[in-house]
Amino acid sequence: MDQKKKQDLIVSACLIAFILVVLFVLEKIMPSGNMLFVVLKKGAIYALVAVSMNLLNGFTGLFSLGQAGFMLIGAYTYAIFTIPPDQRLAVYQYFDGGVVQFTVPIIVAFLLAAAVAGLFAFLIGLPVLRLKSDYLAIATLGFAEIIRAFFQWDVLGPITNGSNLLRKFPTFDSVLFPFIVSGICIAIIVLLINSSYGRAFKAIRDDEIAAEAMGINLFKHKEMAFVISSAFAGVSGALLAMYQTTVQAAAFKSAMTYEILLIVVIGGIGSITGSCLASFLFVACSEWWLRFLDNETFIGAWQVPLLRSGFRKVVFSVIIMIMVLFYNRGIMGTREFSIDSVTGLLKRKRLPGDKKMKKEGK
Amino acid sequence: MDFLHANLPYILAGISVGGQYALIAIGYTMVYGILRLINFAHGDVFMIAGLVMIYAAASMPLYIALPLTVIVTVLIGFIIERVAYKPLRNAPRMSVMISAIGVSYLLQNLALYVTGGLSKMYPTIPGISNSITIFGATTKVVTVVTPVLTLVLVIALVLFIQKTKIGMAMRAVSKDFETSQLMGIKINSVISATFIIGSLLAAVASFLYFSNYAAVVPTSGAMPGLKAFVAAVFGGIGSIPGAVIGAFIIGICENIIKGLGWTTFSDAFTFALLIIILIVKPTGLFGERASEKV
Amino acid sequence: MENKNVLHLENITMQFGGVVAVNDLTLDVNEHEIVALIGPNGAGKTTAFNVITGVYEPTNGCVSFYGEPIVENFPQGKMKKLYAGTNNGKFTKTISPTPDKITKLGIARTFQNIRLFKSLTVFENVLVAKHMRAEQNVFTATFRLNHKEEKRMRDEAMALLEEQSLAHLKDEISGSLPYGLQRRLEIARALATNPKLLLLDEPAAGMNPQETKELAKFIMQIRDKYGIAILVIEHHMDLVMEISERLYVLDFGKLIAVGNATEVQNNPDVITAYLGVDEE
Repeated sequence: MDQKKKQDLIVSACLIAFILVVLFVLEKIMPSGNMLFVVLKKGAIYALVAVSMNLLNGFTGLFSLGQAGFMLIGAYTYAIFTIPPDQRLAVYQYFDGGVVQFTVPIIVAFLLAAAVAGLFAFLIGLPVLRLKSDYLAIATLGFAEIIRAFFQWDVLGPITNGSNLLRKFPTFDSVLFPFIVSGICIAIIVLLINSSYGRAFKAIRDDEIAAEAMGINLFKHKEMAFVISSAFAGVSGALLAMYQTTVQAAAFKSAMTYEILLIVVIGGIGSITGSCLASFLFVACSEWWLRFLDNETFIGAWQVPLLRSGFRKVVFSVIIMIMVLFYNRGIMGTREFSIDSVTGLLKRKRLPGDKKMKKEGK
Repeated sequence: MDFLHANLPYILAGISVGGQYALIAIGYTMVYGILRLINFAHGDVFMIAGLVMIYAAASMPLYIALPLTVIVTVLIGFIIERVAYKPLRNAPRMSVMISAIGVSYLLQNLALYVTGGLSKMYPTIPGISNSITIFGATTKVVTVVTPVLTLVLVIALVLFIQKTKIGMAMRAVSKDFETSQLMGIKINSVISATFIIGSLLAAVASFLYFSNYAAVVPTSGAMPGLKAFVAAVFGGIGSIPGAVIGAFIIGICENIIKGLGWTTFSDAFTFALLIIILIVKPTGLFGERASEKV
Repeated sequence: MENKNVLHLENITMQFGGVVAVNDLTLDVNEHEIVALIGPNGAGKTTAFNVITGVYEPTNGCVSFYGEPIVENFPQGKMKKLYAGTNNGKFTKTISPTPDKITKLGIARTFQNIRLFKSLTVFENVLVAKHMRAEQNVFTATFRLNHKEEKRMRDEAMALLEEQSLAHLKDEISGSLPYGLQRRLEIARALATNPKLLLLDEPAAGMNPQETKELAKFIMQIRDKYGIAILVIEHHMDLVMEISERLYVLDFGKLIAVGNATEVQNNPDVITAYLGVDEE
C-alpha cells in the first residue's frame, strides 16, 4: 500500500516537472505573443479561483457567489503594497501619491493578499454562513457588490485610488510564474480536501444534520472553508492583477463570479482536476479558438452570415447552456483525473478481449 | 419640512423607481414561490424588453411597438422556462440556479452581439416622457404614472390569483408542489403562466424604467434585476404585497442616499439591507417559515 | 446494586407555537441499561430525542448527563404567554448547546430516516465521526503533520468496522448499500464517536421479523461490548419487550406509563392508548 503511494508520488512529481520543462521550452522556442501563452497564463489563474470556488460549492456544499469580491481584495492588496514609491505620485495622481509609501517583496504581498481576503471572508462569514443555500448565494453576491463599491469610495482614495486604475506594480512575463503559484495553492487545497478536515467538509455537504450529530461544529467548519477558499481567491486576484498589469474595481463584477461558476460546473462540481481542465478549455474557447467567430469573414464575395464582433460570446454561451442542460455532471463529474484511472481505462479496454480468449481456450 | 422640500425630487424619484422595481420583483417572487428558484435571468429579460422596444419603435409606430414588445418579452420568458428550466424539474436546486445564471449570461451576450456593444437610445413615449412640476419639483410624467400603474397592476394580479382557477392552482403549487401535482393540477401550465405574468410585468416595467434612463446597454438589466430580487427577499419571498412594499422601500431609500451625496453606496446599501434582513428575519417581512424535519 | 445515572430528563416540555409535542417528560437511563421509549405515531418520541441531542431547545425543563445539566430552558419571550405546560418557574437557566457539543459530551444518535454521508465510502463515514476527538488543527492536518493522529483515527475506525463485520465493505459508497447495512453502518458511525449513551431512533423500521430478531441481538451485543447505555425508540413491540429493562410510554406527548415489559403490557392506559388497538 505504502509502496504504491510512494510510486504515485514519484510519478506525479515527474509529471509536474515534465509540464514545467515543456512550458519552459515552449517559451524559448515560440514567439511570446502567441495566443497559447495567453491561454496558459489566464487559464492557470482561473484554475486556482475555480478550484477555490469548488472547495466551497463542490466540497462543502456552500453555494457562494462572492468569488469576484475576494479576487478584488487580493488584487488590490497586492497592487497597493507593491507599487514602487517613486511611481506612486503618478499612479495616485488625484490623491497626492496615496498614504502607503513603502513596498513589500512580491511573496509577502501575495501572503498579504491571501490574509486580507481571508480576513474579509471571516468577517462576512460571521453573519452570512448561518443562511441556507440560495439565501447564502444572494448574500455573498451582495457582499461582493458592497466590497466593489467600498473600494471605489473616494474617501478611501489615498489607499485604493478611488475609482481610478492601479498600475505600475511588478508583473510577470513567464508563464511559469502563474503555473507555479497556482500549482502550489491548488496542491494545498488538494491536501486539505484529502485531510480529516476535508472529510468533515464533505460530510457537511452530504448531510448537515448528520454531520452535526457526529460532533462536527457546523459553523466553525463552514467558516474555515469560506476563509480558506476566499484567501486562495485573493491569491488568484493578485495573479490576475499581475497578468492584466492594471487593476480597477469596476472590472470585478458579478459576471466574473458567474464565469468562474460556469467553469466549475463544466469541470464537474466536486472535481479538482475537472475545474483545472475546464478553466483552460474555457479560456481557450473564449480567447482563442472561437476568435474567428468575431471576424467578418468573406468566402470570395460572399460574406459568411452572423460572423461579427460579439458572435463568439453568443456561441460560447450557447455551448455552456448545452453543457449545463445535458451534461450537468460536467467533464469529470465528481471523479478525479489520475494516473490510476488512465491505466484503469486502458486495462478495462483490454478486458473483454481477455475474456474472449479464455472462452475460446475452453 | 425643509428636509422634505429639499429631498422631494429624490423621494419622487424613489417612489417611481420603487414602482418599477416592484413590477420586476413580482416576477422573481412568483417564480420563487412556485419553483423555489432564483430566476437570475429575469433582470436580463427586462433588459431585452428594453432592446426590443428600441428596435420595434425604430421601424413601426408606437401603438404597434408597445404591444409587440410585450408579446415578444412574454414569449421569451415562456421559452426560457421551457428550454432551460423545465428539463431540470427533477434536478437538484443548484443545477436549476446554475442554468438560470447560464441563461442570464446568454441573454447578455446576445444583447452585446445585437447592439454591437453600443448603448442604444430609448425612444420617447409621448405622454410619459414629458416634464411636469409637482410641489415645486420638476420631474417627468412617468414618475407620477409609475406608482399608479404599479398599484393598478398589482391589484389586478392579486385579484387574478385570488379569483381565477389558474390563480388558485398557483397558490396550491406554491404551497406544495408534489401534492398539487397529485391533485391533477397541470403543473407545467401553471409554471408557464407564472413566467408569462412575470415577463409581462417586466415588459411594462421596462417602458417606465428606460423612459427615465434613456439608454439601454447589455448589462442594464443586472442591477435593477438584483435590486428587485432584494426587494422580493426583503418583503418575504413568495409574497406579492411583500415584494411591492420592499421595492418601494428600496427605491426610496436608494434615492435618498443619492440625495445625500453617497451615490457610490446606493447599490451597496441595497445589499446591506438584504444582509441585515436575512440575518434578523430570514423569511422577510411577510414570508412564511419553513424548517427541515429531522 | 444501583447503577449510576447516565441520562436524566426532568420535566421536559417542548412546544411548537400552541402545539405541545412533549409534555412534562421525566425519564432516566442508568449505566449499562437499555431503555425504550414507545408510543403511537406523533407521540413525541423523536422530539424528545431532538431535545436531548440539542436539535431543538426545549420550552421548559432540564436534561442532565451524569448529573451535570447539559440542556436547560424555561418559557421566555413569546413562549411566556403561549406556554401550556406545567412546572412554570421551576427552571431559571438557559443552556442550549449545539448538537455537536452534545455529541462531544458522549451522546451519539441515529436517525429515523437514515442519514449517512451518502457520497462517502463506508470507511470515510466512520472516519468522519473520529474527526471531533482528533488532536489536530487545520494546518497540521493539511500538511500531514498529524500523521500519527490520522493513523490512529484510521486504525480505530478500521477496528470498529471489523467488530461490526462491515470491514469487507469499507470502500463501498455508503449510499449504495442495501437498507439493512445502511442501518448497521449508521449505528457503527454513532459508536465511532465513543459515546457513553447511544440513542437509536427506530432502528428496526422497515425490517422483517428475522432481521428484527438479529437486530435485538446486535443491540444487546453493543451494550455488552462497549458497556454503554442505550435509549431506543421503537414501534416493534417484540423487539422492545425483548431487549429493554424499562419502558416509557408516551401518548400525545404525555408519559402514560413506566415499567418493565410485563408491567407496561398490563397497564390499562397503555392498552387503550396503544396496545388496545387489537383488531384480531
